[in-house]
Amino acid sequence: MAIPKAKELGVNVATEPSMMTGAIPKKHWMDNPVTFKPGNYCYPGKKSIVEYHSKSFPGLFGVPREWEVESDDWKLPENWQKIIFEGMKERLGKFRSFKIFMDCCVRCGACADKCHFFLGTGDPKNMPVLRAELIRSVYRNDFTAFGKLFGRVANAREMTFAVLKEWFMYFYQCTECRRCSVFCPYGIDTAEITMMARELLHLVGVNTNWILEPAANSNRTGNHLGLQPHTFKDNAEFLLDDIETATGIRINSLTFNRKGAEILFIIPSADVFAEPGIFTFMGYLLLFDHIGLDYTISTYASEGGNFGSFTNNELMKKLNGKMFAEAERIGAKWILGGECGHMWRVVHQYMDTMNGELRKTLEVPKSPITGTVFENAASSKMVHISEFTADLIKHGKLKIDKRRNDHRCVTFHDSCNPARGMGLIDEPRYILENVCNKFYEMPENTIREQTFCCGSGTGLNTGEIMELRMRGGLPRANAVKYVEEKHGVDMLSCVCAIDRATLLALMEYWNPNVGVCGVSELVGNALIMDGEQARETDLRGEPLAGMEG
Amino acid sequence: MKHSFLAVIALVLVAMLGAQVPGLKSVFGVVIPWLAFVIFLGGFAYRVLQWGKSPVPFRIPTTSGQGKSLDWIKQDKYDCPATGAQVIIRMILEIFAFRSLFKNTKSEVHSGPKLTYESSKWLWLAGITFHYCFLIIVLRHMRLFTNPMPAFIAALEFGDGFLQIGAPTVYITDLLFVLALSFLFLRRLVNAKVRYISFAADYFPLFLILSIGITGILMRYFVRVDVVSIKQLAVGLTTMSLPAADVMDKIGTMFFIHLFLVCTLMVYFPYSKLMHLGGIFLSPTRNLANNSRMVRHINPWNDLKIKPHSYAGYEDDFREYMVNAGLPVEKELPKASEPEA
Ligand code: HEM
Ligand code: SF4
Ligand code: SF4
Repeated sequence: MAIPKAKELGVNVATEPSMMTGAIPKKHWMDNPVTFKPGNYCYPGKKSIVEYHSKSFPGLFGVPREWEVESDDWKLPENWQKIIFEGMKERLGKFRSFKIFMDCCVRCGACADKCHFFLGTGDPKNMPVLRAELIRSVYRNDFTAFGKLFGRVANAREMTFAVLKEWFMYFYQCTECRRCSVFCPYGIDTAEITMMARELLHLVGVNTNWILEPAANSNRTGNHLGLQPHTFKDNAEFLLDDIETATGIRINSLTFNRKGAEILFIIPSADVFAEPGIFTFMGYLLLFDHIGLDYTISTYASEGGNFGSFTNNELMKKLNGKMFAEAERIGAKWILGGECGHMWRVVHQYMDTMNGELRKTLEVPKSPITGTVFENAASSKMVHISEFTADLIKHGKLKIDKRRNDHRCVTFHDSCNPARGMGLIDEPRYILENVCNKFYEMPENTIREQTFCCGSGTGLNTGEIMELRMRGGLPRANAVKYVEEKHGVDMLSCVCAIDRATLLALMEYWNPNVGVCGVSELVGNALIMDGEQARETDLRGEPLAGMEG
Repeated sequence: MKHSFLAVIALVLVAMLGAQVPGLKSVFGVVIPWLAFVIFLGGFAYRVLQWGKSPVPFRIPTTSGQGKSLDWIKQDKYDCPATGAQVIIRMILEIFAFRSLFKNTKSEVHSGPKLTYESSKWLWLAGITFHYCFLIIVLRHMRLFTNPMPAFIAALEFGDGFLQIGAPTVYITDLLFVLALSFLFLRRLVNAKVRYISFAADYFPLFLILSIGITGILMRYFVRVDVVSIKQLAVGLTTMSLPAADVMDKIGTMFFIHLFLVCTLMVYFPYSKLMHLGGIFLSPTRNLANNSRMVRHINPWNDLKIKPHSYAGYEDDFREYMVNAGLPVEKELPKASEPEA
């Protein structure tokens, strides 16, 4: 998709008539139907993929078919309105959150300008409150007395095809980042509403391939790219050569599917095949080798990320179940999880509830190196790599040469899910402060629990909607630019695999001189390994400070 | 907005005219208030029970700060609570201090492009002023229903009137109440974003409550009504006894308008956004501890039939590749078996 140059888009964002620039739409939002055109929607799920999911979950993914988003015939089932109605009724009965969030909003507007998509597009329907009204209006019509009595005056409307289109448009312009919910006086979480809306859309077969296909791959092959076991292993082992080049050390501690390992390590699979994730992966391996950790990686549970969580709770549960199942199979004591945002939303807030039955012999995680017992994971038995690493540093178990990151001037992007769906905020910062000398924070309204999304989460990181992504990511990019100009920041670190892909594109677009890395990559750079050669380059093969040219 | 405005005007007229009809005074003074009160209580309870009927399948607090982690990492206890006690404090801060709203910011886009965010506390200030004034005014009204009046209400009245200006003394809450409500209303008109999302259900309560306030103020400071008779009526309401007809006649029309609007508010309350009063207590992103990894949260409808794609199925799919790549397998080749979905 041809998209405007950054300069042009930058001018547009600040000058085009939009709600952000002060233009007020003349029409009521209900009278402003959406038009799909290339660039503003994701491609629908392939029939074969929908068929695949339907085998496990009859009905939940609608009727598999080929359809086109721009067409006026989405080949919906005859009774699609009824399906949505029943689906909504069922979910109102199953989720108190949904019910309360439908009833309690006072339209105070506190959330309105908190959404990165609104900030980048100025489209009123990207104000979280209006996004929620898209579905709340139907709820009023179908489930409340006022809505039935007063109709449009009560902002109630029937579920029509135009409304369905609107849902597809705007519930796929929400990355479920929860920033809005931080500010809402009742904690109304539009992310939760989006999750409900997407579940409903799936019921009538309205979906996107970029989510469904990776989810299908994750189910069958274990990882979202569909790498088969041998390929996954080969890819990972390739990186051992790169580590050797950079450090002079051949790591022998990497194993796969090894029974009896103390710890099962699960990463977002992107870390084994795509830059810059692979450098993060090298960082993990160096760290584990450095401390002599008894761990293994599974090819069966080789995807930490959970594409099911972008569809419905059922598929989320099914994909997530592999983690416990595999840990039990190989007889691990506990699970360590790599750097990934939505993986951690699922692991932290859903996994134990959804799949606790599958965990039988796992033990409360205890660091074999420091003896620290991770009480905060006492039940779910899964620890975040940043928690694990911070504990190692605190106990002085790592030999670190901070200067090896002196060629980087680093800032840290809090990924939405660890920040607002987990509370993992200071652990990565502690690590960064200990492995690099130049670490600067972005402005306070753009970090920690107020962090801005990369603009492409929840399965929106597809090329079809690049302009939208660059707009949605603008608030983040803008904050990076601020520290770039102020402190010379040239590296945006994060603990999320989706970020490592999406921020890369975002930086290339808005701040081309800023790179993207995982926190563990910087750890890997700084670790002084036994028997290493004099390090001249970092894990990327780029010269260290003082070693240039 | 016009619908809401007209609706409130209509309500005022109904009460104004109704109170003129001799026999209807007791309807407006006794029957409707009782009905409204019952509907309010019943409706409120019904709504809360309805919410309560839906379970909380997942523990999904919005973590607005550092969670409980390693011992030496400082937890933001009230933004990211890990225990019941911490949750209670978070909730108290939400309910009594509107803490989340206090964090509000205002974003702007400038050329560059440059996005800016600055703290914005006006909504919080007006909101909290309005609510506390409302609360104090409601409590002050208890003097009408109680005989003798409890000491704390006398104290409240005294404090509220401490400015000691005017006769009768001006209550500070009356002033602030009208000011805050006017601000909230004007904000809805002036702020383009809020205006665009507002509709009848947003204006109606503002108009209604403002009218209640205005009629109340009129009665107190301008159109004097017979407070002794009103108190007889009010005490009568609490004891379910009908006041004498001459008592009713002494009460001015303004009072019936005021009372009728209050009744409308009570009836309207349970079926409107005003239920945020109940919702805030039950909101799952606020009232749960962020301890999902520490203590298992049970989902009553968790479907145990949903199982992960099994390892056996996976190995069956890829055994040959796995063996060739030197990956350990559970079943050796060539024992082929049924592939699984
Ligand atoms: C625990 C009790 C309550 C809490 C914590 C609470 C909290 C809030 C908050 C935070 C707001 C948004 C800010 C604002 O617009 O002022 C709000 C709005 C509002 N509340 Fe309450 N509230 C409570 C009870 C009530 C009651 C009893 C009423 C009275 C009938 C009421 C009437 C309103 C109205 C009319 C608005 C909308 C104001 C507007 O249109 O801008 N609230 N409430
Ligand atoms: S902040 Fe909450 S109550 Fe206010 S408009 Fe947004 S969702 Fe509604
Ligand atoms: S969850 Fe994030 S993306 Fe979705 S409406 Fe809220 S702020 Fe916007």
